[in-house]
Amino acid sequence: MKFGIIVFPGSNCDKDCRTGIEAAGFDTGFIWHRDTSVAGYDCLVLPGGFSYGDYLRPGAIARFSPIMDSVARFASDGKPVLGIGNGFQILLEAGLLPGAMRRNAGTRFICDWINVRVESEGTPFTSLYAEGDVLTLPVAHGSGNYFAHPDVLAQLNTGGQVVLRYCNELGEAASRANPNGSLENIAGICNETGNVVGIMPHPERACEAILGGTDGRRIFESAAEWVRGGVRVGQGA
Amino acid sequence: MKYVAYVNIKLKQSVLDPQGEAVRSALVSMGYGGVQEIRLGKRIRVELEAANEAECREIVDEISQRVLVNPNMETYEYEIREESGE
Repeated sequence: MKFGIIVFPGSNCDKDCRTGIEAAGFDTGFIWHRDTSVAGYDCLVLPGGFSYGDYLRPGAIARFSPIMDSVARFASDGKPVLGIGNGFQILLEAGLLPGAMRRNAGTRFICDWINVRVESEGTPFTSLYAEGDVLTLPVAHGSGNYFAHPDVLAQLNTGGQVVLRYCNELGEAASRANPNGSLENIAGICNETGNVVGIMPHPERACEAILGGTDGRRIFESAAEWVRGGVRVGQGA
Repeated sequence: MKYVAYVNIKLKQSVLDPQGEAVRSALVSMGYGGVQEIRLGKRIRVELEAANEAECREIVDEISQRVLVNPNMETYEYEIREESGE
């Protein structure tokens, strides 16, 4: 099981991803954004950071990196792709996920531990969780305020495409548990087939107890299990 | 022919603007109580070569829709001037 971590100029969670994923017991490799091949990888991770300095809009320039055509093909083949933080923003800008990110409602950069509730176990990254599980994960972002038009939002809800919601420790998606103003407390979504997932929390920073928690490990373990099981999107679920 | 396009990008009215709200509340606390709403946008100056104005507009529309603007939450308009070496 090998995770490919795509490195854009300005990515700064690429090494965190390597450390976290390797702590979870899997191989990793870095893929430079100017490369065009993702051969040999079972899963792709677009890490957090500030690709191209967040110029224009977060993710707006990175989506045109040469590697992104291969990412899109990998995704359309039904293979697992995870965007974390800035990686989520890149997937939105690339149109691989619906919607957009606004500046945080409070305008401040938020660096904190928050709770999220698993809303769907039908993705490669949540297959080992149960719906309703509450995870404690770090967030670190200035533009994590998810926005989508009402018809898109309705489609996300009816299609089981909301993957994570911000919640309190009881698992309630209360407005006070929403750190950034995201519509309906949305912290993570997937595409229609479920294999492309974007999340704002950073599971790679929660893979070792010494760093404060291990709730993120199962995100990567899920992907490995999903790949090992040869599960294809559209089957089961 | 050399043209300069000024692309004005606005957040759609349905999208909340936290930055604009922060600026508004700062202005109100400075005593400008009459300031009711601030919306932040972007103005992008694009210098380009094109055969004529029609081609120039085609290019500006294309780069606006593909790159400069996020149609999920922004709208744009632009004006074009011929560059006369100002």
